[in-house]
Amino acid sequence: MASTVRKAGPGVVSAGVARWRATLAVLERNLVLYRRLWWASVFSSFVLPVLFLLSIGIGVGGYVGEVGGVSYLAWIVPGVLASMAFQVVVEECTWPVLGDFKWTRAYHAMAATPVAVGDMLRGWLLYMLVRVELAAVVFLGVAAAFGALRSPWALVTPLVAGLLGLAVAAPMTAFSARVETDGYFPLVFRFVVIPATLFAGVFFPVEQLAPALRAVAYATPLWHGVELCRAATLGVAPAWPVWAHVGYLAVLALAGCLWAARSFRRRLYG
Amino acid sequence: MIYARGLVKRFGDFVAVDGIDVEVAPGEAFGFLGPNGAGKSSTMRMIGCVSQPSGGVLRVLGMDPVRDGPRIRARLGVCPQLDNLDLDLTVRDNLTTFARYFGISRAEARRRADELLEFVQLADRAGSKVEPLSGGMKRRLTIARALVNDPDVVLLDEPTTGLDPQARHLVWERLFGLKRRGVTLVLTTHYMDEAEQLCDRLVVMDGGRIVAEGSPRSLIETYCTPEVLELRFGEDGTHDYAGKLQGVGERVEALPDRVLVFAADGDEALAQVHRRGLTPSSVLVRRSTLEDVFLHLTGRTLVD
Repeated sequence: MASTVRKAGPGVVSAGVARWRATLAVLERNLVLYRRLWWASVFSSFVLPVLFLLSIGIGVGGYVGEVGGVSYLAWIVPGVLASMAFQVVVEECTWPVLGDFKWTRAYHAMAATPVAVGDMLRGWLLYMLVRVELAAVVFLGVAAAFGALRSPWALVTPLVAGLLGLAVAAPMTAFSARVETDGYFPLVFRFVVIPATLFAGVFFPVEQLAPALRAVAYATPLWHGVELCRAATLGVAPAWPVWAHVGYLAVLALAGCLWAARSFRRRLYG
Repeated sequence: MIYARGLVKRFGDFVAVDGIDVEVAPGEAFGFLGPNGAGKSSTMRMIGCVSQPSGGVLRVLGMDPVRDGPRIRARLGVCPQLDNLDLDLTVRDNLTTFARYFGISRAEARRRADELLEFVQLADRAGSKVEPLSGGMKRRLTIARALVNDPDVVLLDEPTTGLDPQARHLVWERLFGLKRRGVTLVLTTHYMDEAEQLCDRLVVMDGGRIVAEGSPRSLIETYCTPEVLELRFGEDGTHDYAGKLQGVGERVEALPDRVLVFAADGDEALAQVHRRGLTPSSVLVRRSTLEDVFLHLTGRTLVD
């Protein structure tokens, strides 16, 4: 859309300002909803990751000893952080997205206003960022209290979590905007989320995997997020160059956005 | 306000709207009537700029929906056929979050929300969640939401379908209030009483085309007689009687349970029935309604 500035008048603003306002309005709606429903996701967003730290990091870690020269707890903290971002996003971009198309039809309501598909998507993804950052900051605080952060670079992990979040949220949102029933979502968890969490380098190095499986791990956005987070909290270099990890996640996010925009258009204006 | 010439909507091979001409003037209450599948909702979606016309000309508020969709939508209020309220939000939050989509400030949104809740008689429910509200309350809230941007035109797609009589009358009363304020209303309905109550002018659609147009009164005058005589004849088949009644009134229609005689004067027609020695088990003389016109124009076959 051309961003021409129209003649000023009451309520007439430039196209750019209008888009930005509409985006924030969509974000705001999701935040108001979150204020009502935050308790429903407290366990998966905040409590569960800490339980993982306690049981696997400290419990299992007591037997494992050191991995790559650091305590097992310090080694899995960045992995759990990334997988938490991954899970929060998948959870939010499945049922809630389908629900806003099919059950509450909130997106149809927005489509009747000046809000455009781009605004809906930007507003939604901004909300996903807010959710990921909230969870990441709380988790980092807990990890720091356990002395599991070994480098000041740990401060960039919220950025990595945010990028990972977008790389997962955008294609997942596109998928959920396309399906007709929520019957697919348990399959997504069974065949994507759980295997990724178990095998994408969260709990043990992917070098342990057979080469074929390792290639699958490399394809998951989670592994790239885990590698970057781990490099940051331990102050070491990641497996691939940073630009390659970041680039892969950025490409997924971008492609996901394009796919999501198409899905939204088909669903709303078909 | 709205201008359409030869407007067409196709979905693949299926033609939902087949070249309609419509004009709606400011302050008018305009109705689209028709059975399910007549193309009413498709037309409304095109006017609401959420569905692109496949052919013809459409102007809404003087603008082109394809090019100026967001600018047109900024000045429309839409009350869709299916409620799409945010069930987990409160009644008031539904209005304020929606107002923000139009770039309305938070303070102004709150002010309008309170005023509109008063208007649709939901002020006492402002803080409660939407989920447990009755169908009629949700509908009123949807109407209030459609007014939050102070629209020039309000589109209502079957505004009272599924409501109980009390709720319907309350909605009509509110819509009538809007009309008095000079808001242009465009509605679809298959309730004839609704069209007669609310519409200054309406079109009857069937199979994607407009089959009749005019005020409710003029449609009745054009397509029907002023009165209808309804006759029942106990257990006997009505078709035999329909034959015996030929020539009474202007038109005779046999239904499975009764025979309708369309006549200028129902009592006079009844006197003729008696003169022919027929003794119906029950008799009703009534004024003809838009429903008679509607069934005459669109047929009695059930559309699913």
